[in-house]
Amino acid sequence: MVTHTPEARGSAFLHEVMEEAPGGERIVHCLQCGSCGGSCPNGADMKYTPRALFALINANKRDEVLTSNTMWCCVSCYFCTTRCPQKIPITDIMYALKRLAIRDGLAHQTDAPALAKTFTDLLDRYGRSFELGLASRFYLFNKPLAMLKMGPLGLSMFTRGRMALTPTRIRQIDQLQAIIEKARQLGGKKP
Amino acid sequence: MKYAYYPGCSLECNSAAYDVSVRAVADLLGIQLVEIDDWNCCGATEYFSQDELTASAVIARNLALVAPELSQLVAPCAACYLNLKKTDKLMAENPQISAKVNEALSAGNLHYQPGRVRVRHLLDVIYSDIGETAVRDKVVRPLSGLRVAPYYGCQVVRPADGVDNTECPMKMDELFAWLGAEVVDYPVKSHCCGGHMTQISEPQAFELIRRLLHNAVEYKADVILCMCPMCQLNLDAYQGRVNNFFNTNYRVPIVFFTQMVGLAFGLEMRALGFGKEIVAAEPVISARLATVAS
Repeated sequence: MVTHTPEARGSAFLHEVMEEAPGGERIVHCLQCGSCGGSCPNGADMKYTPRALFALINANKRDEVLTSNTMWCCVSCYFCTTRCPQKIPITDIMYALKRLAIRDGLAHQTDAPALAKTFTDLLDRYGRSFELGLASRFYLFNKPLAMLKMGPLGLSMFTRGRMALTPTRIRQIDQLQAIIEKARQLGGKKP
Repeated sequence: MKYAYYPGCSLECNSAAYDVSVRAVADLLGIQLVEIDDWNCCGATEYFSQDELTASAVIARNLALVAPELSQLVAPCAACYLNLKKTDKLMAENPQISAKVNEALSAGNLHYQPGRVRVRHLLDVIYSDIGETAVRDKVVRPLSGLRVAPYYGCQVVRPADGVDNTECPMKMDELFAWLGAEVVDYPVKSHCCGGHMTQISEPQAFELIRRLLHNAVEYKADVILCMCPMCQLNLDAYQGRVNNFFNTNYRVPIVFFTQMVGLAFGLEMRALGFGKEIVAAEPVISARLATVAS
């Protein structure tokens, strides 16, 4: 439960976001200037640019925010973050909104959560990323037809020695897995 | 000068050209790189999208594994660089998060004191720690006649850390001027390559890749220089698919900046990983540099 201190302003959802995103309390300072959307390489594809999203957060429109495509358009380029005149850590807030949407099963119309989960499952297992395993699993379970288009690209990478056929496992994988397990117990929330 | 070295997963295979050229150039400049023993993946952007605490603990394991006598770490990949730096900062600024990350690390008998390791990018190490005079001294094959477009991408220059300008970074431009190259000053040098969008939304990724190729070609670049494996992969390996998608005909070689630094220092192309790029760089490089020599 979030405690509302006298100096804290904003909606219940704003407080939820603030708890999830370090620095998220700066959302209350948003001027609605739109520098974020204008700076975003994918701003034109967003139904709500970050500016609009912050207004929705302030209006407590939780579902509209968490089902929106805004955070799934974010490529973590940090242009919005460095240009925001109010120093709102926008990219980090996008990460926080991704986490909330995934956790509540509200991430629709995007393969991003599946890609993220496939990637980190391999990391948890081997301690290193494994591109062939990632690509084959991700495409097979999410968009099998697209695999055909990826074939020639994969082959040209392979012939240049740029695609490993087997994963690399770190020596102390047990140690890494113990750390991951402990982090989860402490409040890590990987679905 | 001795630094801990975090190669990152991409440099093991898909960007082996970066790893081999980083090591060769560092060696010539007297930068001693000590690879972190048994390092693990930094999680890229994918762990932070799901679980911040576990993401931070996974990254912090690498910081904790840096040998006690070393105080600086070099990471050539932009995503690894940002993740390592971001985690150190997150822990330094949030004692509660730091305590939790260390509690998780203790399950593996590790501990990390935020601030102990300073995370650096190799470009900044060459520019700031080695400097112009020492770099110029090493040039045996000036790159004059070759038009290079420095491409910085996102995560080395943003969010702001004071290392370079976040809108118009200049360190790679200056480095290549020292090496004698014609440096292309083009507007999109710190714009986004699309990142992981090639996997989840091709039209969005392809448009961002197209803009970069278009702008560099418009400014008559012979090659684009990358400092991130993901940028190199997107611009190089996807160039053919971008051409098919937009009915364009770009053929711009995309190489790692360290490969070209090594070339200026007189190293052989094979020893620098040339030939691994999909759009061959050798023809244009030989043509331009030979023109000047003759």
